[in-house]
Amino acid sequence: MSVGFVMLCHTALDRAAEVARHWAERDCPVVIHVDRRVERPAYDGLMAALADLGNVRFSGRYACEWGTWGIVAATQEAATLMLREFAEVRHVYLASGSCLPLRPVEELRRYLDSRPRTDFIESVTTSDVGWTVGGLNLERFTLRFPFSWRKRRRIFDWYVRFQRRIGFCRKVPAGLVPHLGSQWWCLTRQTLSAILESPDRAETDRYFRRVWIPDESYFQTMVRLYSTNVESRSLTLSKFDYQGKPHIFYDDHLQLLRRSDCFVARKIWPQADKLYDTFLHNAGGGQPAAEPNPGKIDRLFSKAVERRIKGRAGLYMQSRFPNENWENGRTAAPYSVLEGFSEVFENFEVWLGKVAGTRAHGHLFAPDRVEFAGNETVFSGALSDSAALRDYAPKNFLSNLIWNTRGERQCFQFGPNDRQDCSWFMACDPNAQISVISGAWAIPLFHSNQNFSDIRREAARLQKIEADHIGILRSHYAKARIRIWTLAEFVENPMEPLQSIVDEISPRSARRLTEAPRLADLKGFGQFLQNLRNQGMQPVLMGDFPTGEDPTPATTRRRRPYLVK
Amino acid sequence: MARLREVALRVWGCASPPQAFSAGQLGLPELSILAMWRAYRLRLRRRAFLVRALRKRREIRVVADRSAGIAKGAILAFVTVRNEALRLPYFLQHYRKLGVDHFLFVDNASTDGTTDLLAAQPDVSLWSTGAGYKAARFGLDWLTGLMWRHGAGHWCLTLDADELLVYPYCETRPLRALTERLASEGRQSFGAMMLDLYPKGALDAQIYQPGQDPLEVLPWFDSGNYVVQVQPRMRNLWIQGGVRARAFFAAEPRRAPTLNKVPLIFWRRGYAYVNSTHAALPPHLNAVFSETGGELLSGILLHTKFLPVVVEKSAEERERREHFANSAFYESYYAGVMASPDLWCPASRRYDGWRQLEALGLMSRGGWV
Repeated sequence: MSVGFVMLCHTALDRAAEVARHWAERDCPVVIHVDRRVERPAYDGLMAALADLGNVRFSGRYACEWGTWGIVAATQEAATLMLREFAEVRHVYLASGSCLPLRPVEELRRYLDSRPRTDFIESVTTSDVGWTVGGLNLERFTLRFPFSWRKRRRIFDWYVRFQRRIGFCRKVPAGLVPHLGSQWWCLTRQTLSAILESPDRAETDRYFRRVWIPDESYFQTMVRLYSTNVESRSLTLSKFDYQGKPHIFYDDHLQLLRRSDCFVARKIWPQADKLYDTFLHNAGGGQPAAEPNPGKIDRLFSKAVERRIKGRAGLYMQSRFPNENWENGRTAAPYSVLEGFSEVFENFEVWLGKVAGTRAHGHLFAPDRVEFAGNETVFSGALSDSAALRDYAPKNFLSNLIWNTRGERQCFQFGPNDRQDCSWFMACDPNAQISVISGAWAIPLFHSNQNFSDIRREAARLQKIEADHIGILRSHYAKARIRIWTLAEFVENPMEPLQSIVDEISPRSARRLTEAPRLADLKGFGQFLQNLRNQGMQPVLMGDFPTGEDPTPATTRRRRPYLVK
Repeated sequence: MARLREVALRVWGCASPPQAFSAGQLGLPELSILAMWRAYRLRLRRRAFLVRALRKRREIRVVADRSAGIAKGAILAFVTVRNEALRLPYFLQHYRKLGVDHFLFVDNASTDGTTDLLAAQPDVSLWSTGAGYKAARFGLDWLTGLMWRHGAGHWCLTLDADELLVYPYCETRPLRALTERLASEGRQSFGAMMLDLYPKGALDAQIYQPGQDPLEVLPWFDSGNYVVQVQPRMRNLWIQGGVRARAFFAAEPRRAPTLNKVPLIFWRRGYAYVNSTHAALPPHLNAVFSETGGELLSGILLHTKFLPVVVEKSAEERERREHFANSAFYESYYAGVMASPDLWCPASRRYDGWRQLEALGLMSRGGWV
């Protein structure tokens, strides 16, 4: 018993001839259908190229426009010819001119011989398919499609909408349950002849002539009527991209195709010499007869679709420039923004770097230069510490920084003295974790040796900027994880917030903090605030600092966590 | 009054469009009378380019015309050169390997044997001219004329001699595979950003032989300091940054060289490049990026400007004042290059093939597997 191949060809006829010869020389009859739109000389060339083979036939030619009946008509005629001319054929395998056998014919024959009654055809009810691109499922069967989708897309779409609106619905012939599936099948003589010789064939053909993409539904539906044993999968490896077009296989896919263990793959790039040489001429064999398993290489293809549609989060580059809210993540990874901490504590960055095991930057948005960790002048990705370069495109600077350091958590200081261009960007970024000690900017002023009128002016300026910034953080658009303490609150009990920040930065080192950074000297700070008030400036962001009485951190020792034993 | 103004703005579009959108600000193209007027202005501009180009065809003189051998569907490369005998052997080798079928060169008064070298190549058609480079829109007028005649209906690369194209899978799939992929996605243009390569050590301390792979001398690049914006007028990209911004334009980043390019286009008569190959008209050719978060297929032009000859060439370019529209602004840049600095820094990356560039997010394979 043998398997026969029906090949539907329309381009790269030289390759089709090679493949047909491969099969025919190995005692598999081949019936070739060539699209009627192919020019006569090319067709004659193909006939001449295969003239020496006794088991190759050419069937009557139909114009096969994608999505129309022509392909089914061509298949029917070619299959009829196959069944009539080659009596020994038990399975008929439908392939295209750009298919390539991946495993020796012998293996396929053995495989089919051990499953003599099985029809391999993907056939799924319309409600269960997830892969139809363009949204037409059941409507393929109930609407009319007289206009070409390729050439007259607008009229096509308009007519579909029109039919939906007026509620037009064709009746599916009694007894048929619409099924969809891959166009490439392998059916037994019994089933195929039952379909082709069915007494209702004229009627069903008339119905399917107006169905959209009948090549994906005609045999898939009919097989359910006549087959006793449908195995709903295709033996042909065929992958589709985000537009529903088949992926093309190139020379560099050699290993991938081998790994799939499928019998036939589609579609092969005609110039992929290495693939054709390898699979047609050096029949490898030797491999164990594995079950075809296209699932093994699925991941690669689903990743490609995801890359095309969703892209990499936080990346802005020459072929990915999302509109607002289409970013799929404004930045590439979580990062921490710490506001006021380096003012409240001495040497905070060094301490944080040590405790959280990461490099903590200074004020990245400082007006004079970018304070990268370790005072570096060029940071990861060759980001420069020049303030002018950063301020030319601050959001790009930040998203670049986060992108360049994927895998290494970034923390940086921020405050009202810095450039504020990124306020909104960070506030609306779910990756940002913003911790604010409001009013902490007053501490350096308190320690500074300026004239009090200058201090007062500066304090007013900073307070205005920080109030605006906090306004942004509190807006209902904000998506970042935001925590705000007033200075007074924080100084009273600094360990709790610090612990939570460190936990966020390095969640795996579930360690209690034992050593706090050194608090700045706040002796007389309350009086300082009162002096500001006396000068007519109202410091509000620090919270309640009682005059005269200096705040003392509640405990220098850590309170023990409550333990339940 | 305010209401009236609001209505007027809605009908006419905003009074003056912003110069560039930064990331996340790009809005939908507007529909208004003013937008239509702007589209019409672009059309006029494109036609003006074409008229210029057709007029300037007289400036170039044929040296070797083998264009009769251009087959249907051939992939063409259009290049303007001046004194590039050093780079051309590898340039030709690189693009032949990628599958360019025919090269069309315009030689702008070379004195170093470039003309003879090119005239001797079997797959090169050569024209030459002594006219001004800047006056011909940096050579574009000459090329546009040639493309009008020979480029229509072909995928055309427009290049400089110091640009080497890489794209996803370029070592295994020739350009034809790429163009077929682009066509199947319904695209007519392909974006490729310029990536400046540089050596470790002083620029003029390196040695480069003609025919040598420039990457052996210039293996380093800046991987993550690029500024991406979109200019709304033609909705084209505006990418700046990289080593030149870092080393020479840190004080004035706005002046830093533009890096985005659209070097590969399925050409039709009536198309025109606007400003080098940074942007093209009609504007849909500039849609080489996805606005909805996905990634389109894109490539990289490896820019081998910083071969050791750059130091003496800069001196010459500075004298000729033919390379920038506003040459005066670039005095300090030339001075910087002529001082032969060391552009390398500890954060520089060493080039390691297209997969590295793809992983770094400098280019993308889109959905191409």
